[in-house]
Amino acid sequence: MTKQVQQRERVIIRFAGDSGDGMQLTGDRFTSETAEFGNDISTWPDFPAEIRAPAGTLPGVSAFQLQFADHDVTTPGDAPDVLVTMNPAALKSQIADLPAGGDLIVNSDEFTKRNLAKVGYATNPLEDDSLSSYQVHSIPLTSLTVKALEGYSITRKDAERAKNMFALGLLSWLYNRPIETTLAFLERKFAKTPELARANITAFNAGWSFGETTEDFTVRYEVKPAVMPRGLYRNITGNTALAYGLIAAGVQSKLSLFLGSYPITPASDILHELSKHKRFGVRTFQAEDEIAGVGAALGAAFGGALGITTTSGPGVDLKSEAIGLAVALELPLIICDIQRAGPSTGMPTKAEQSDLLLAMFGRHGEAPVPIVAPQSPADCFDAAIEAVRIATTYRTPVFLLSDAYLANGSEPWLVPDVATLPELNVEFATELNHHKPDGTPEFWPYLRDPETLARPWAIPGTPGLEHRIGGIEKADGSGNISYDPSNHDTMVRLRQAKVDGIAASIPPLEVDDPTGDADLLVLGWGSTYGPIGAAVRDVRDEGGKVAQAHLRHLNPFPANTGDVVSRYSRVLIPEMNLGQLAMLIRARFLVDAMSYTSVRGLPFKAVELSEAIREVLSS
Amino acid sequence: MSIPLQGGRKGLDLVPVTDEQATKKDYTSDQEVRWCPGCGDYAILAAVQSFLPDLGLRRENIVCISGIGCAARFPYYLNTYGMHSIHGRAPAIATGLATSRPDLSVWVIGGDGDFMSIGGNHLIHALRRNVNLKLLLFNNRIYGLTKGQYSPTSEVGKITKSTPVGSIDTPFNPVSLALGAEATFVARTIDSDRKHLTSVLRAAAEHRGAAFVEILQNCDIFNDGAFDVLKNPETRDTAVVRLEHGKAITFGANGEKGVRLTGRGGLEVVDTSKVKSETLLVHDVSHTEPALAFMLSRLGNVDDGVTPIGVFRAVDQPAYDDQVNAQIEQAQAAAGTGDLAALLASGDTWTIN
Repeated sequence: MTKQVQQRERVIIRFAGDSGDGMQLTGDRFTSETAEFGNDISTWPDFPAEIRAPAGTLPGVSAFQLQFADHDVTTPGDAPDVLVTMNPAALKSQIADLPAGGDLIVNSDEFTKRNLAKVGYATNPLEDDSLSSYQVHSIPLTSLTVKALEGYSITRKDAERAKNMFALGLLSWLYNRPIETTLAFLERKFAKTPELARANITAFNAGWSFGETTEDFTVRYEVKPAVMPRGLYRNITGNTALAYGLIAAGVQSKLSLFLGSYPITPASDILHELSKHKRFGVRTFQAEDEIAGVGAALGAAFGGALGITTTSGPGVDLKSEAIGLAVALELPLIICDIQRAGPSTGMPTKAEQSDLLLAMFGRHGEAPVPIVAPQSPADCFDAAIEAVRIATTYRTPVFLLSDAYLANGSEPWLVPDVATLPELNVEFATELNHHKPDGTPEFWPYLRDPETLARPWAIPGTPGLEHRIGGIEKADGSGNISYDPSNHDTMVRLRQAKVDGIAASIPPLEVDDPTGDADLLVLGWGSTYGPIGAAVRDVRDEGGKVAQAHLRHLNPFPANTGDVVSRYSRVLIPEMNLGQLAMLIRARFLVDAMSYTSVRGLPFKAVELSEAIREVLSS
Repeated sequence: MSIPLQGGRKGLDLVPVTDEQATKKDYTSDQEVRWCPGCGDYAILAAVQSFLPDLGLRRENIVCISGIGCAARFPYYLNTYGMHSIHGRAPAIATGLATSRPDLSVWVIGGDGDFMSIGGNHLIHALRRNVNLKLLLFNNRIYGLTKGQYSPTSEVGKITKSTPVGSIDTPFNPVSLALGAEATFVARTIDSDRKHLTSVLRAAAEHRGAAFVEILQNCDIFNDGAFDVLKNPETRDTAVVRLEHGKAITFGANGEKGVRLTGRGGLEVVDTSKVKSETLLVHDVSHTEPALAFMLSRLGNVDDGVTPIGVFRAVDQPAYDDQVNAQIEQAQAAAGTGDLAALLASGDTWTIN
């Protein structure tokens, strides 16, 4: 039958099912097809911390949402247009997010008495009128898949498992996606079991054909490709981009990478990724604990490697003492904190921006550490290189503050030309740099570069520069142990001045204020960039005047930050914490910044931020 | 004494050597040594400063890393590269350094607080991984720098500032602990026996992989005389068992005591005059399994027990850092060094014209 084709500017789809239903894979494949087609995309995987919570239960629901559009998108979208639910648990946990009139695709096979009872449905929602405000497409996905795979010599279980490919085929048909990448992917994934590869491809094709023939779907949708800068693109998650950024920084600085890490959600994927790249000389050390991870990275840095540790909040707590040592030793070190909801174990797979003050102040003594925060998944690449630039130039540990939302979310990435990547020139000390009173030359490990205040990086193996460093306070210059009161005062101020001085090397905070006469500035940092941008756009579309600025450097702030926040009569700071940046801005610049906060483990919705902005504008 | 060097100088194979004969003075830094007068650490420092030049290594390729405590001041006094780090973490820090720099001889110094207490986890993992590190435990069985609390190696019943009516927790036997972690080189020596100390340190230096050496060290302020029975000429012959590879285990002024296996699988001390000499246990550092060495380490854990010193175990097993580096070399040999442009453009890509 001929189907009507409707144009859409943007579509938001959410796939939801049991942890074992393969929803993340389904979302990934749909994303890849959509990227191939040329839409702009933003994705948001949302999964439980439990690997396999009991099947069919609410805690076991795993979801993947993506927004794709014919224009640039900055968030995975607020509410889905289409919700795919593979079982009653998925329906129950997700349905509240589907606006009235939205398309709901349901795997009706799973709506058995037992499964309904498991999640507390007294009656079958497919049979009562509780879903009457939605466009319900009740489809027996499991049995249709099993039927399509009759004749394959695979188990019933394997046949049932292919239902996610049936669903993917149906959605691919509905939005007219190119299917080649998925077919090639299935061939690759099941290369060792060709029968399974064929079965999954058949299931995918059956889903596509089902769309074409069923009368349930009378409309197909078309979302034209977005206008994007020319070039080669790939889809990339924040954690992969961060790993690539570190590798690129290693190449640019000619330093070999050493990662010391202990597995922790949601940072482990960086360890996994870096461990694949031995051809780049990357050494990955899975340590016995978080402390050993950072300790080994610092030891490697003493030896001239680019020392990195990756972790999340609980790991940062444990690493604090070693980070303080790195401050005292003044050695380059990268601490990647992929923030998650706390305190304590909190919600390991859910996002939060609540480690900002931990990164700023979470050490004893005066122990300043620079902080860099990426603003989108692909931006993790550039932010990682920037963190390495600061660490190597200023001989300091640097915090790279990502979060669970950036880590697992993805977006199209214009693959950079390596010739355009920043040069990171790192020079090790090779010469004596000071004279004793009698004129004998000697080496002073704490003699500073007058411009950057960085100390020389003299690595073992360099003849004549043998020296000892440590956590005990050092005499300014010679680095020998010193308990002299005024020397300590000098050294504390020098370490702070060094970090403050980084501001001279970072670009000024840019403000987006199209009309130039807004009196409200919305200031953010990190992963809220997307939702803030979408909200600001919505408010401006209605004629609201609002300026936007986003901080990449949290310590030190760009030199003009005080000017920027003082220029606007009102400053609104949305954060996924209880106002940590707002506290810093208020303390530092004495401006009456307002906070808008949310700590639900979820990224902001553009609509809640645009409402918050409107409220300020109308007050 | 003879200590077999498994694989010759293997432990130092990758460290650059020099023809210039260095001296103790070259290995002495310009910093004033600040241990209490009479501390056993002085003897250990002198031994290390004296024996390192004989290894013929380039001094700039030797690194000494320590944690916190009296012993941990050691790197400041040794004119090599050095780091005085944080409490307990030196083995972890040194693991990163050794793994990324196979051209270095890396020494880790710690006391019984550093290695046996706060850093116990790092120690056992460095040992079981067999990282190419030389770990010297200065065991004085007391917390000195914090002014006299009992330590994890203090004997039960120890009266200290924090245990006024006696400590109640069972101490670690460091050699047993290291053997339990399957360390590939485990030895014990005494601060005051320069000759024995030096020979053990040399064997440790030349071992490839993790070498753990417990040095019984006197703290003359808070635990003076802890090892007097092992040092006093009147008692030492019957209190100390000097382990020598390939020789029957005997002790006493004239070898009148010996050690043998019992029929029930334990060890017993016997009068050598009353047993056939061929029934005595012959010490073999190269047993694949650490079980016999472990039994030897327990000889001191009974009333009137004896303290074996020397090398308990020295077996040849792949070092962690060597294997890390081999994986990199293999990956590069198989597919070339990494190509950044190719990496960034990997996976599913598309072009917008």
